[in-house]
Amino acid sequence: MSRVLDRRQVLRGASLAGGGLALSAYMPAWAQPVSAGIAKPLPTVSGEDITLKVAHQMMMIDGRQSHAIGINGTVPAPLIRLREGQSVRLHVVNELDEETSIHWHGLLLPFQMDGVPGIAFPGIPARSTFTYEFPIIQSGTYWYHSHSGLQEQEGHYGPILIDPKNPDPVQFDREHVIVLSDHSFRHPHYLFDRLKKESGYFNRQRQTLSGLLAGKDQSLKERLEWGKMRMDPADVADVTGSVYTYLVNGYGPKDNWTALFQPGERVRLRFINASSMTTFNVRIPGLPMTIVAADGLNVRPVEIDEFQFGPAETYDAIVTPSDLRAYTLVGESVDRSGMARATLAPREGMAAEVPPLRKRPLATMKDMGMGGMDHGTMDHGAMGAAAGSMSGMDHAAMGHGTGTMPGMDHSQMNHGAAGAAAGDMAGVDHGQAQGSAMPGMGQAGGAMPGMSGDQMGGMDMSVMDMGAMNMRDFSKAPEVKKGPGVQTISPMPVDRTGDPGQGLENVGHRVLTYRDLMALDRNPDTRAPEREIKLHLTGNMERYMWGFDGEKLSENPDPITLLHGERVRVTLINDTMMGHPIHIHGHFFDLVTGKGAYAPRKHTVLVQPGGTVSWDVTGEEGDWAFHCHMLYHMHAGMMRVVQVRKAGAAA
Amino acid sequence: MTRALLLAGLASFGLAAPAIGQSMDHSMMPGMSMPGMKMPAKKPAARAKPATKKPAVRKAPARKAPVRRAARPAADPHAGHDMTGMKMPGMSMGRTPAPDPHVGHDMSGMQGMDMGGQQAAPAKDPHAGHDMSAMPGMGASTGAQQDPHAGHDMSAMPGMAMSGNQSAAKVGTDLSPGNKPAPAPAGDHLADRFWGADAMASSRENDLRREHGGMTVYQILFNLAEYQAREGGDGYRWDGEAWIGGDINRFTLKTEGEGTFGKPLEQAEVQALYSRALDPYWNLQAGVRYDFKPNPSRTYATVGIEGLAPGWFEVEGALFLSDKGDVLGRAEGYYDQRITNWFVLQPRVEANFSAQDVPETGTGSGLTDLEAGFRLRYEGRREFAPYIGVSWERQFGDTARFTRARGDNTGGFSFVAGVRTWF
Repeated sequence: MSRVLDRRQVLRGASLAGGGLALSAYMPAWAQPVSAGIAKPLPTVSGEDITLKVAHQMMMIDGRQSHAIGINGTVPAPLIRLREGQSVRLHVVNELDEETSIHWHGLLLPFQMDGVPGIAFPGIPARSTFTYEFPIIQSGTYWYHSHSGLQEQEGHYGPILIDPKNPDPVQFDREHVIVLSDHSFRHPHYLFDRLKKESGYFNRQRQTLSGLLAGKDQSLKERLEWGKMRMDPADVADVTGSVYTYLVNGYGPKDNWTALFQPGERVRLRFINASSMTTFNVRIPGLPMTIVAADGLNVRPVEIDEFQFGPAETYDAIVTPSDLRAYTLVGESVDRSGMARATLAPREGMAAEVPPLRKRPLATMKDMGMGGMDHGTMDHGAMGAAAGSMSGMDHAAMGHGTGTMPGMDHSQMNHGAAGAAAGDMAGVDHGQAQGSAMPGMGQAGGAMPGMSGDQMGGMDMSVMDMGAMNMRDFSKAPEVKKGPGVQTISPMPVDRTGDPGQGLENVGHRVLTYRDLMALDRNPDTRAPEREIKLHLTGNMERYMWGFDGEKLSENPDPITLLHGERVRVTLINDTMMGHPIHIHGHFFDLVTGKGAYAPRKHTVLVQPGGTVSWDVTGEEGDWAFHCHMLYHMHAGMMRVVQVRKAGAAA
Repeated sequence: MTRALLLAGLASFGLAAPAIGQSMDHSMMPGMSMPGMKMPAKKPAARAKPATKKPAVRKAPARKAPVRRAARPAADPHAGHDMTGMKMPGMSMGRTPAPDPHVGHDMSGMQGMDMGGQQAAPAKDPHAGHDMSAMPGMGASTGAQQDPHAGHDMSAMPGMAMSGNQSAAKVGTDLSPGNKPAPAPAGDHLADRFWGADAMASSRENDLRREHGGMTVYQILFNLAEYQAREGGDGYRWDGEAWIGGDINRFTLKTEGEGTFGKPLEQAEVQALYSRALDPYWNLQAGVRYDFKPNPSRTYATVGIEGLAPGWFEVEGALFLSDKGDVLGRAEGYYDQRITNWFVLQPRVEANFSAQDVPETGTGSGLTDLEAGFRLRYEGRREFAPYIGVSWERQFGDTARFTRARGDNTGGFSFVAGVRTWF
């Protein structure tokens, strides 16, 4: 049976005990602790028969009471610790006055146990019990959360840890589960409602006149150009630190949750981004992290100083603190409006300096999907970085220059790296065109009817008027339904899996990119994909509409269809200026990042603004949810059903 | 050379058969061994299937799938290219229009020269037999004669792996996708089998559609609700809007009016409109307007547009046709200039027009009146932002004449203080 501790009582005790410890004055006010540190591991449940009671409760954050939905009296919900190869029965007792559900995020299971109301099952009605039962056929760090309404935002999430059947290839002396989340003292329906009425409601870091006069942010010219496109470069996160407190294992920055270690130990940190709307930049100043697993599955160790992860992603990192000192674990919101903070220390009550929030990033042309033009001189070397892209393809060498391709139709030529949309000019080295000249490229984003390669010589990219760029050219996205839900179509999206993430381009240390990841084990299915599915991530910030291919789930779009066992490539094209963590239920997909049969396998991938990501996946029979893991994006419609049927069974 | 012949042979096989929808298992071809194509020669019999519309069922459970390469269906006439392993980073042969002499070369979508991605080109494609692997560097064999691109030296492309010789290096995610058609959506729902069709139908409606984009939202907003201090008697003014509905269709109420303290209400109107989203920024609005004041009250049919213009200008324009046949017009616009993230300055202009004199309401033809104002608000809470500002109003033409005839003011400056509020 489950064993549950009342963490809140422990907290109260700890704050009393630690009250005498005055902490460093150099900490910013918001990081002043209400406790000297709480070295409390998460309450844990395990075994083959587990009961989870979902109920309303109060929780204490930074000394402040908040309403919450918890499980077994705790937020985050208890750590479910299982072993690969076992079976598990999970009795979910719904003590709420509304329907609930639990989705086992990242677990491979029969679809009817996946826990998505309306797709996998009908939900768990108020005041009733539902029993999930499925075999555990994998190992690693996962999590679980409600898939009903906005309950996840209220605290209905918790970690899952599955120990491997065989010896773990990752050696460690100690481990800590680090659940990062965003908590609001306001009800989530309030948050969503505000976004619907005024999408910039929570952003208190927008560009201002006083900023302009002080020489901050964009120049006047840039502001006018962006204004002409009705794009706000400061719109990095929809819901921000203005209304969120960022939590580590349910504790606020002032609570200072503390993970203990002995100097010299290899400590495995299992990071889970269980937030509703927050992409975190995670780092431990002074302590490099070695990433050993992504989304639960082992990867070849890669040492970094910081990583960005979107909601629902997980990373396991090994750290080896050698000194008898405290380290601050920082989970900074991508828009730098706040941070989750915890401490790694040899004993409770220690704390290290909390670094100040860094300057918030502004969206760039690349974030608007003009990555292909970002090169300035059309340096296609940057393309080499993209998977399966034209590494250094030189048109001159192809004989364009010598006119051996009469009539070659450049108008349809997707010069794009990773080539999302047709008609892209992203990244081809036009030989003599380099660094010079392409008038007409501005027009309609690279449609150059009948233009031959050699004609391109002597044009000047620099004269291109970005303001005149058509940001809504549907010919670049034939899959997309035209409508009010589509504010922009990325004119030249590029594969951004080699990018460290928005705002981390120049932080002066090593930041993880998807291209750094390589699976430890060979991918189970290395067949070539039989076809490609292109999906555009679309949205309209002004109306706060989000969808795939211009359609919300409420509009009853056709499901995405796969055959059981069919191998397909999915290419996600982000036509918005926000990052979207895209998650498919019941499957792992293999990221196409040039790693062949050792592609990193994930269940959720953060598609950077104006960027593309491709992955290969093998259909597993069932009806599965597929959605953006930004809770309010999903709530606004950014979700689809993936229908996987056995061949012949399909109608 | 043997490989080239084999490939050419396969290409012609592809030519002979309808290009689309073929799902021919290569293993059907007896004795065929194509090392360059990396086809699993194992268990050919088991995999042999007649060509049907449906791809062969793969009994490859995703989780325990043995590491193997499946034979690619010869779904297109370019099969001979063996694009399977061929990785020409940067070029896609996809979407080939039939008459295009470059069929084999259409660069459209030019991504990773994914010849494997060749999409069902018509069988008459003269380049169907393009054997890239046989090209000197990249010379075509069969289709080469007609190929104006024969001289194309693709081998000059760094990183370009030609089929056959280097393809063994390409596995898994390095391979390019094929062009198999997607299965048609099934009309059923698998969860019905486990939990009952009724329970699932209701869940789909309530938990899925309504909770994922189908919700109804409303807002009540007063952009102006203010006290106006001016010569000749202080007054008040309001301008508000309320709406309810989804993202596309909404019911909208608008109201505005003004008066002077101690005197009867001077102007008051309400509009009831159906509003429909035209594009990401603009709504078309149509309905009725009713003027309580001035007397006599009038009813108008209304059509207008409201939205966000480039440069972040909130703009509104409407035409009104009264029950007496009079035509009026209105244009309104404002801009929220953030001084800081808490203080916002809103310049605002509103102009009214009339197509004719309407003496009963004191309206003259042409531009009837104009209001321009600057209001500085504090958004400590965005929903309740107190403001102060100045407003300048002026009547024009016959409207001003009518007003003067009544002995009233035709405009002037006011200092204003109010609250911009919404909920």
